[in-house]
Amino acid sequence: MIARAEGFEPRTVLARITSPRMVGIVGIALGVIAFWLALPPVTVRSAPAPIALGILAVAAGIWAFARGERHVGGGAAVAGVVGIVGALVTMQSTTANLKDVFVWSALAAATLRYATPLTFAAIGGMFSERSGVVNIGLEGMMLMGAFFGAWGADKTGSWVGGLAFGIAAGGALALVHAVFSIHLRADQIVSGTAVNFLALGITGYIYNDVYGNNGTPNDLPAIPDVNIGFLDSIPPHALGNFLDGAFGSLNLMIWIALALLPVSYVVMFRTAVGLRIRSVGEHPRAADTVGISVYGTRYAAVTLSGMLAAMGGVFLSLGFVNSFTENMTAGRGFIALAALIFGGWRPFGAFAACVLFGFSSALAQRLPDLSTSESAAWPVLFQTLPYVLTLIAVAGIIGRSIPPAAVGRPYKKQ
Amino acid sequence: MTEASKPPPPASSPETIPSVAARLAFYQRAGGVITPLLTAVVAFFIAGLVILVTTHKNPLSTYRAIFDGTGLNWFFHVGSHSIGLPFSDSRVWFPWDTGSAAAMNLQQTLIVVTPLILTGLAVAFAFRCGLFNIGGNGQYTVGAVVAVQFGIWFAGLPGPLHVLLAMAAATVAGAMWAGIAGLLKATVGAHEVITTIMLNWIALWIASYLVGFGGPMQDPRQISAPVTRQIAESAKLKIFWGNALLQGLHIGIVIAIFALFVYWIVLNRTTLGYEVKAVGFNPEAARYGGISVARNYFLAMAISGAFAGLAGAIDILGWEFNLDLTEVQSVQIGFIGIAVALLGRNTAVGVFLSAILFGALLTGTSTRNLDPTIFKPELAGNLTRIIQGLVVLFVGADLIILYLWQARRKLPFARKADQR
Repeated sequence: MIARAEGFEPRTVLARITSPRMVGIVGIALGVIAFWLALPPVTVRSAPAPIALGILAVAAGIWAFARGERHVGGGAAVAGVVGIVGALVTMQSTTANLKDVFVWSALAAATLRYATPLTFAAIGGMFSERSGVVNIGLEGMMLMGAFFGAWGADKTGSWVGGLAFGIAAGGALALVHAVFSIHLRADQIVSGTAVNFLALGITGYIYNDVYGNNGTPNDLPAIPDVNIGFLDSIPPHALGNFLDGAFGSLNLMIWIALALLPVSYVVMFRTAVGLRIRSVGEHPRAADTVGISVYGTRYAAVTLSGMLAAMGGVFLSLGFVNSFTENMTAGRGFIALAALIFGGWRPFGAFAACVLFGFSSALAQRLPDLSTSESAAWPVLFQTLPYVLTLIAVAGIIGRSIPPAAVGRPYKKQ
Repeated sequence: MTEASKPPPPASSPETIPSVAARLAFYQRAGGVITPLLTAVVAFFIAGLVILVTTHKNPLSTYRAIFDGTGLNWFFHVGSHSIGLPFSDSRVWFPWDTGSAAAMNLQQTLIVVTPLILTGLAVAFAFRCGLFNIGGNGQYTVGAVVAVQFGIWFAGLPGPLHVLLAMAAATVAGAMWAGIAGLLKATVGAHEVITTIMLNWIALWIASYLVGFGGPMQDPRQISAPVTRQIAESAKLKIFWGNALLQGLHIGIVIAIFALFVYWIVLNRTTLGYEVKAVGFNPEAARYGGISVARNYFLAMAISGAFAGLAGAIDILGWEFNLDLTEVQSVQIGFIGIAVALLGRNTAVGVFLSAILFGALLTGTSTRNLDPTIFKPELAGNLTRIIQGLVVLFVGADLIILYLWQARRKLPFARKADQR
């Protein structure tokens, strides 16, 4: 009762506003605003305002961090730095160019396009890692999906065939990883690295053998877009326009990826199957004792992860660029792994990271394309954002990501 | 299982997983030099099947064509030739023709072997400390960028000094780049595999920015090409075999072999090497013995990065002389270094031999050296990747060796031999 009475005193209200947590949250907001100021429609063209806001954000972050709010405080400090850098980089571009680039609906659609392959692979990685098997091989499994998707679509004449081919190839490669890391108890990272080499070699070999210098045919059956007609009639007009531009004609695979999120969440955290996977990844000995097949569960999880990663690859070749080129995944499997860690081995967390990474890819891709200014090289640096953020995440500055307890440890039956 | 009958070693609980270094030490005992040879043979055999199935040609003749392109056949053409003595104009008798086509191919192979030795050492040194350095690519890139910049600056310096300065700067840069991962591992326990992969991409994009269109290092005289300026003549490594205009062999190979000696001495004859290996075998035991695990993690990563950074510098100063965007974005040498280190069992001699194997494969399957009517170079290049993958895959699976080893022990004569 006394505590409640005290709550009304002005001093405690002040204490609540100046609590480390609140200060940290304000810091994050300041960092975001610092960046936002430089973007349309505000488009501030002078450096001092974003820098001042960014520094304030960093200061607030450090203050909160020092008082025990590691998540929020670290987040504010990072937001401040990213805000300053982002604003300064954006100012290198002309106002007209920025107006072209920051058509928010188109940017949202592009972000989703870039995020989708990452999402598939990250969700796949979640199944594998939650079951206790590190999957560095996601990159290779994606690449298998990308090539065999294109090849299968070419052979069968339909994208459904391509999807099936791609998923089968990704699953097969994952099975190799599974055999070596589960039964043969190889070092899972070495095995994953090997699988990446293999995928690069196998896809490159068959691609050159079948298609050679001509490349994949131009008339590869593409995965269709889903056109939603009624979106632009949603009032108010601006919102309808935005929704139509962002979601009106997304590829089918993007919707599948979005649908996969709640499905994988429910499977992993609300069903007996998910409980089994997680228990095998947290404490295999205990799981084995109560009669769960550790090897069986891990085999299933790793194979599933390969199939999901391959779906991301199929989207790349049949839904995104409609052709295959050697090593076209270009490290997306590793980014997906980063997103998984960044998102704390959870579907929605990983998706949020994928969207963030997709956004920076979309920005880096769009800014130089339309830019006419001298310093067109700057936007390339946006490409580093996902990796820097992941480094920060694994370093534990924005709260430590805690992996499944038994991840990376081969299990030996007794 | 025979393991069930034996009592478990008291020091480790059944859940304890041996570190990578401990496993690799096990290979040495289990198979010595036989297992890496067997691994390579099996990998080449499977790759041979791939050739047979896809091209319907004799794998042996295909391998022969690749081999002829590597220049290693040079050693088999013994005759009566002469060689110039260093620092003089006199010539003496020599069994091999130093000016033949095979000699030129051999020079190309050795140019590729040089950075492979160094990136192999980069992976191997970290391995000995129980760390998996996947960041060779990034450390190589950082080294290459710094070497280009230092090669352009200080153009007035005398040759050897300029070369040493550029190499030292690149080595330090590589060490610092890997040191970030080492520091994160040592202080907050961030897994080095994740951090080095991230650092690879950060290095790639920063280098792409520096070298690319409008970047600060792009050659201002070639606005249309994403390429840096050439390094100064004084920064170029001396060519000691072959024609300088036809990319003769530079002294980088000597530096790489020297690095092999340094690697061996540091690991086997210094306190640092002892501590690094102790941490690699068992960090807990090392800590109990008074060794700072964190310090050794950092040092091992930094030294490992130094090797990779030096590799980047030698490629720039030895034959590339500048850096372009495509090169930056297609660096693979750090990854091949993983295969080199694993196949070489992280020993100096092993790294040397497997670097020659992979370097020869890369040269022998290049467009310039492989006859396309026998085997298309694009296919052969990818076959090399498959072989790398198989090698890494089999090396990683020590249980195969374990089964073989135990099967051997069950044989009566082997048991007798063990008892002696």
